[in-house]
Amino acid sequence: MHQTFDVALGLNLLHANQEGANHNRAHFDAWGVTCINLMSSPGAGKTVLLEKTLAALKTDLAIAVIEGDMTTELDADRLRQYGVPVIAINTGRSCHLDAKMVAGGLHQLEQDYAPQDFDLVLVENVGNLVCPAEFEVGEHAKVALLSVTEGEDKPLKYPIMFQEADCLLITKVDLVPYLDVDLERIAANVRQMNPAVTILPVSAKTGEGLDAWFAWIRAIATPLPAIPTPAVAIS
Amino acid sequence: MTKALITIIRNWWESQPEKTQISKVHLVVGEFTCVEPASLQFAFEIQTQQTFLEGAALEIQTSPLIAFCHRCQQEYRPEIGIQYACPTCRSPLEDIRTGRELKVDRIECTALIP
Repeated sequence: MHQTFDVALGLNLLHANQEGANHNRAHFDAWGVTCINLMSSPGAGKTVLLEKTLAALKTDLAIAVIEGDMTTELDADRLRQYGVPVIAINTGRSCHLDAKMVAGGLHQLEQDYAPQDFDLVLVENVGNLVCPAEFEVGEHAKVALLSVTEGEDKPLKYPIMFQEADCLLITKVDLVPYLDVDLERIAANVRQMNPAVTILPVSAKTGEGLDAWFAWIRAIATPLPAIPTPAVAIS
Repeated sequence: MTKALITIIRNWWESQPEKTQISKVHLVVGEFTCVEPASLQFAFEIQTQQTFLEGAALEIQTSPLIAFCHRCQQEYRPEIGIQYACPTCRSPLEDIRTGRELKVDRIECTALIP
């Protein structure tokens, strides 16, 4: 005889990822490292922004990059030219980085370097406006990029990424004279769901606005003394 | 996301002393999440083939996006893709009451009784 019964679970689908993200963040905190998660659609300019950022800040801040890419190491190779450690994570067919993948990157960082010597870990997520927003990786701040060619309505259509962002970089602003785009409208669309976000218009090509971005990074990555705990091994 | 769903159910199932047959999984998916119920439905069906979940139905209940405006002291329904601020006073979306859920609510099982 069969009996049918119901079991109430109430389990959050993102619970395991959230625990992994908290675990990663605990490592960053123990090392005195600030972690920033950079997210955008493909082609918004994450990698070139990182190139400019590394070139400008690598003498003042000890930076490592965790680079998420679906299949190649093209972006990682571009960034290695700046002489900073770049850990490439091939996500395969997965369209976002998750906490477990980044934990693998931290493992490698711990094996090859002394992580407590770093001030800042920049995570370049996979180009995608949807999924990366739901999967925290252990970052202290989320940065979203939106290029002026993508359209003013994107924050309304992909709200979660823009709602979660601590900083929004409106990129490629050197193209504004050639487009029918209103930066104020982009800002207003984002502020509807995220009134506290810092919005910075930038152009990696002309350098416009980059100083404000560098100042934002410096402010959140001010080196804190590492918490004196016994060497932590990532489990 | 489908992987996370299957893992969560497997962990529960493996922790049970008696192995039951899962006939239906009830999931709550908020409107204000990155999950598309139809895609999840399809992926679940494919990814559970030849596993302990083979043949289990996935019932997705959508939870609407409801926000609370502190200035107006009332709830409102933001129009996803169009307008998120309070329709009355234009205050930004800040307090989300429902719509961010991604949870396995309950599971229907069948057990063989000797």
